[in-house]
Amino acid sequence: MIKQIICLVIFFAFASLAVASDAMAMHISEGILPFNWAVLWFAVAAPFVAFGLFRLQKRASVDLSFKPLVGLMAAAVFIISCMPIPVPTAGTCSHPCGTGMAAILLGPSISVLVAAAALLIQALFLAHGGLSTWGANILSMGVLGSFAGYFTFRLLRSAGMNITIAGFFAGLFADWATYAGTAAMLASGIKGDTPFMPLFWKILISFIPTQLPLGILEGGMTAGVIVLLYKKRPDLLVKMCVLRPEEIRT
Amino acid sequence: MKALCVLLFALCVLPAYAADKWTGVDESVVEKYAKEHGREAAKPLINVEQGDLQLFMFLLAGTIGGFAAGYYWRKLTEPGAAGQTQKQQNGPEKE
Repeated sequence: MIKQIICLVIFFAFASLAVASDAMAMHISEGILPFNWAVLWFAVAAPFVAFGLFRLQKRASVDLSFKPLVGLMAAAVFIISCMPIPVPTAGTCSHPCGTGMAAILLGPSISVLVAAAALLIQALFLAHGGLSTWGANILSMGVLGSFAGYFTFRLLRSAGMNITIAGFFAGLFADWATYAGTAAMLASGIKGDTPFMPLFWKILISFIPTQLPLGILEGGMTAGVIVLLYKKRPDLLVKMCVLRPEEIRT
Repeated sequence: MKALCVLLFALCVLPAYAADKWTGVDESVVEKYAKEHGREAAKPLINVEQGDLQLFMFLLAGTIGGFAAGYYWRKLTEPGAAGQTQKQQNGPEKE
């Protein structure tokens, strides 16, 4: 089953290349942030990336098949965060992030690393985001998205919710947290002498018509992947510390 | 599984229609507000649209991606590769 899923992901990755189009992104584009803000966000994001690398090395030393799973998840996050989805109600398009799903399966710190790798490739090859805004984009999509998704999932699971609901809200809040973070970083970078909060709300409200339905789509997608794994390969969820062994249906 | 196939197919096909008709939120929100406050998006540091650079980058990314995919595919699936434990390679231990 897992091979079939891997084959499907690879097939659709190539299929998406066949209909490749200009990147439509939510990432902060190259040159939008002033230099000092770009450096600040990079400095804030760097420890999370370093900790992600540390966690990856630690987990991979215990389980040698962990790195291939991380590689596979990195490919999934890269593809998911590249795909512009039209939102007819808003007349715009944007993309899901995939970091909620990655954070549930790999842990939030390794999900930050995965997002950083995806964002770097997008900035280099797709003019999607930028190298100068890499730190800010890691912070919004990687750190905020991953930690919001992970803690939402954990909180709802500890409150007794089933994995479908917990997965849905994890994907939803990961998406919305990413865009709230983008709004905050953009507002702080471009505000100049104007007050921060009015501009922050203005940008955040502008995201709502697009991200409200896309967040729901991302929630459904995250829940779908978790439930699929739960039904077909629950042992993988135990291995990835998503579920305890006693939580698996016998 | 069928639902996953339909979802993935839709996610692959929809972008082809999205890009031509609707702008992304990077343009309609991020760049719009940045422009209002005197900041404009710069050209990418590496402009891959020059000459055959895009083709070269595509080749390079394909080579690296293909190598990584093959390498990790082997680790995940091939018996005796690094991802398999000694116990898995030898099968169940005899009592």
